[in-house]
Amino acid sequence: MANSINVFVPRETSAVSLGANEIGDRILSLAVNNKTDITLIRNGSWGMCWLEPLIEVEVNGERIAYGPICIEDVADLFKADFLKGGDHKLKLGKVSDIPYLKNQDRWTFKRCGLIDPVSIHDYCSNGGFDGFTVATKMSTAKIIEEIKKSGLRGRGGAGFPTGIKWQTVANASGDQKYIACNADEGDSGTFSDRMLMEGDPFCLIEGMMIAGLAVGANRGYIYLRSEYPLTREIFSEALNSAKDAGWLGKNIQGTGFEFEIDLHIGAGSYVCGEETAMLESLEGKAGIIRYRPPLPAIEGLFGKPTVVNNVITLASVPDILIKGGDNYATFGIDRSRGTLAFQLAGNIKRGGLVEKAFGITLRELIEDFGGGTATGRDIRAVQIGGPLGAYFPENLLDTPLDYEAFAELEGIIGHGGVVVFDDSVDMAAQARFAMEFCAIESCGKCTPCRIGSVRGIEVIDRIVANKNRDENLKLLEELCDTMVDGSLCAMGGMTPFPVRSAIKHFPEDFIHPPGAKN
Amino acid sequence: MKVTYNKVAADKLIHEIGATPEMLVQILNAFVEKFSYISKEAIRHIAHELNLSRADVHGVVSYYHDHRTEPPGKSLIKICQAESCQAMGSISLTTYAQDLLGIQLNETSADGEITLEPVYCLGNCACSPAIMIDKRIYGRVNSERFDTLIASIQKKN
Repeated sequence: MANSINVFVPRETSAVSLGANEIGDRILSLAVNNKTDITLIRNGSWGMCWLEPLIEVEVNGERIAYGPICIEDVADLFKADFLKGGDHKLKLGKVSDIPYLKNQDRWTFKRCGLIDPVSIHDYCSNGGFDGFTVATKMSTAKIIEEIKKSGLRGRGGAGFPTGIKWQTVANASGDQKYIACNADEGDSGTFSDRMLMEGDPFCLIEGMMIAGLAVGANRGYIYLRSEYPLTREIFSEALNSAKDAGWLGKNIQGTGFEFEIDLHIGAGSYVCGEETAMLESLEGKAGIIRYRPPLPAIEGLFGKPTVVNNVITLASVPDILIKGGDNYATFGIDRSRGTLAFQLAGNIKRGGLVEKAFGITLRELIEDFGGGTATGRDIRAVQIGGPLGAYFPENLLDTPLDYEAFAELEGIIGHGGVVVFDDSVDMAAQARFAMEFCAIESCGKCTPCRIGSVRGIEVIDRIVANKNRDENLKLLEELCDTMVDGSLCAMGGMTPFPVRSAIKHFPEDFIHPPGAKN
Repeated sequence: MKVTYNKVAADKLIHEIGATPEMLVQILNAFVEKFSYISKEAIRHIAHELNLSRADVHGVVSYYHDHRTEPPGKSLIKICQAESCQAMGSISLTTYAQDLLGIQLNETSADGEITLEPVYCLGNCACSPAIMIDKRIYGRVNSERFDTLIASIQKKN
């Protein structure tokens, strides 16, 4: 339709959670009333969640944004002639000029928001599958070499060098190998896997195909959490389109390469985000973690050599092959190379996804991008890296985002989630919650995690109630040591991180709790 | 559409997904989606079809939060209790919801209309606090918005 106007309304969890579907419907019906021909495109989100629902209109080849829109604004937008880019109090101008987006280093998320996520045509016209095409012309050794050169480390949280993992699987002998993508994004404050899978799903598919080429695997699994129903819907559509268009299956695009992907849905267990528990769950069992060794790279899914990578790790791969590993490595600092899709969450004015090179400080992220707290009060604590990450006080905000710098401060970057709390937070309650969450989610295999977490809640309760405080603080320290030393995985092994950081940086919340009797 | 467990529909579901042990978690997920919960009869049926013991199936069912063995209310409301939502008042929202509905977390209202449950992260953390009603997520939920959502459920039911 030559004169049809393109209107973009995101089909993405955050936008939809704020009424994007109803807004899209209202725009369509008012356009009919106005006898205006529009094409409604359900794009992904640009990640500027505080502006959601953010809609765009294409005027003279440029995309003009309006937001945040609520259903009541739609009629008003028509009055303001927004389909021609008319002025309105919610007009934001060209989306690419918004500083929040303009100041990012978009690598993995370069197409997110731009395209219709389930259109193969859109994907291919924006560089899609170019990475795979490049890879088909390379030897497997050369592909792995490029990944090693890029310095890419696992974005799920552990930060293990991806190239070395792939090399291990490539070297392992086995008649069958697998690529298992971990999309069990359970950390509070994180949503980058979800946004990528909703906004640019073919990019993940392409990353998995490249991994398959590199290590000699022809089967891939994606383990997606059940708390993401819309992601499942969008990703399933993308998966079907890829199959229909011959980008999955046998002899892909005449290359002779075969690759299949199955989507599995989790069932509400946080521990299934741990790689061996995820493999158990993919095999149809309870998500109880495995001993390591053997590493999944040697004996993984169904006992076969398996690459287990996070969504963002895999989705970063296609552009590494297109632009070169050296290019990716120009971003970042020290041993943290490339970009990370940070997620600003909790009590923050401008929450959303910020893809930046490593090295940016927490303060730059939270203040320059995030604009401080949503409540306008002072920042008191920031939890980085999910429920197993440490709480940092305000005076540590100048720490650069770098895996090693965080490790030195007994913290983690994890999957890049940054949750901000204002000065109303009670840090003893947060420490208690860390233990409580561990008690709820422990798979039960290791006693220090299963029972230690329950004892941890009790000890913190006694400290807060001023019962033998000094002895109980000492006991809590010992309990944390036992959990760290005696747990097989990060659930029990890292729950002490938030607990200890809360005691270390916010001792006043444990020593003089509100209303406590001395 | 939720339907009552019946052998024919269940058989169809199992064989569509694949009657192999590695599909057990997926089959159980599908049972919850279709029949609202996993009954003892369903466990027996799945065990038979997959050539597993009932204990094997029960072990998996009892592990996962999603694999409920009791029917929930007509509407299932989950309120996020994780850190990001806590930072934006999810605890007071939870108290508000409990008072409004007259039930605690993990309880169903006496008329069988609403079940209230905790959830740990819906991935809508930049729009906290978040809740989920059936399969739909809502963001920036304060007490007024919660009232509106409850009113629309009551109208629908």
